[in-house]
Amino acid sequence: MTNTKKELAVAALENGTVIDRIPSEQLFKVVSMLKLDTIANSITIGNNLGSKKIGKKGIIKVADYFFKDEEINKIALIAPDATINVIRDYKVVEKYSITLHETLRGIVRCNNPKCISNNEPMETVFHVTRREPLEVTCRYCNRSMNAQEIEIL
Amino acid sequence: MRKESLVSINDFSKEEIIELLEKAKSFEENPNRRVLEGKVIATLFFEPSTRTRLSFETAVNRLGGRIIGFSDAATSSSSKGESLKDTIMMVSNYVDLIIMRHYLEGAARYASEVSSVPIINAGDGANQHPSQTMLDLYSIYKTQGTLENLNITMVGDLKYGRTVHSLLQAMSHFHPTFHFVAPDELKMPQEYKIFCDEHNIPYYEHRDFSEEVINQADILYMTRVQRERFTDLMEYERVKNVYILHNSMLAGSKPNLRVLHPLPRVNEIAYDVDDNPKAYYFQQAKNGLYARQAIICKVLGIDVD
Repeated sequence: MTNTKKELAVAALENGTVIDRIPSEQLFKVVSMLKLDTIANSITIGNNLGSKKIGKKGIIKVADYFFKDEEINKIALIAPDATINVIRDYKVVEKYSITLHETLRGIVRCNNPKCISNNEPMETVFHVTRREPLEVTCRYCNRSMNAQEIEIL
Repeated sequence: MRKESLVSINDFSKEEIIELLEKAKSFEENPNRRVLEGKVIATLFFEPSTRTRLSFETAVNRLGGRIIGFSDAATSSSSKGESLKDTIMMVSNYVDLIIMRHYLEGAARYASEVSSVPIINAGDGANQHPSQTMLDLYSIYKTQGTLENLNITMVGDLKYGRTVHSLLQAMSHFHPTFHFVAPDELKMPQEYKIFCDEHNIPYYEHRDFSEEVINQADILYMTRVQRERFTDLMEYERVKNVYILHNSMLAGSKPNLRVLHPLPRVNEIAYDVDDNPKAYYFQQAKNGLYARQAIICKVLGIDVD
């Protein structure tokens, strides 16, 4: 816990968002999914930090930035246990877990090369057909994919 | 007009399936009705399928509708690189209904989302072919007098066979018992067995195509075992003659048994079966006309009695 306190002290946010409890191996995927490379705000990224709950974790702090639901829920596919802390005036004013929506639009690529969604300029649509273990099914070709098979767009 | 496409047999409820079967029966009694007078219907075949296209076009013609379209993507603007969306947007300006076949899976679903007129899926790759399923159901209904509590035995390529998967799902409303007869390489995929479990449908798997299996069947649904489906050609050589139905194998079968096949047949049903009154595959194809007439009227919201 003392480690965490030091960490917070280094990059304590006045206002912004902290995404915590990202599995270490997914951290940079999350960074890229959220397109953080295109944001000009101050961003602090930590990885391989100790976590009692998930072993090693990654953490992302973005100053003066508040994610929209549809932005943040994208990462549910690869970091389902991540938590979001909204910071205002150095205080956590809101803390919530991300939720995986029933329908995923434009997030996942279908792994069926003969699917229309890989051959037309169109948005992919997947339905979450099972949560534990995760399975998503393409709205178009009905191909189902598990967590290992999912490729993020 | 209410827009209602038919992309997958799963788009229809049990009640809608029964209603369609009744309509198909009525079209069989009187197939020539001018209920499509003044309507133009497109048949867009991005992949050639003469059998299906002729069946649909006959259905439209007998209902007094007119047809535009193409029978091969090579003669359409998609060969110039036009997207499916653009083709559908353009054609839906002209017609009241689009009947389409496409080599890509999910093409019909996507078309139904961008089209301003209903879409009937006449086959999208290995995915769905609901009018085939409707004609299979109508054939079963007609020959057995019911769809309830039947023993449906499926033989051959149960892995890639689109028709058997759709039929399995459609029959799930009617308390069937399934027997799956296939070589190891072409077994019914796990997802469909799970589907049966979830719907409390009993099923039995067999590697041998024996008379014992045939003798308990109400419907024997034969499919083609295709050489190109095998990764191991030795395995193909071993099994290629195992899943062939000969007339002598029907000697002890139930009187109500009917042999179905989506056609084209190659060698999986010996020609000596053709004269057996239990052979039903040619009438089955004919039933496609009535099933398609019923589907066309349903998606266009045309009520017939």
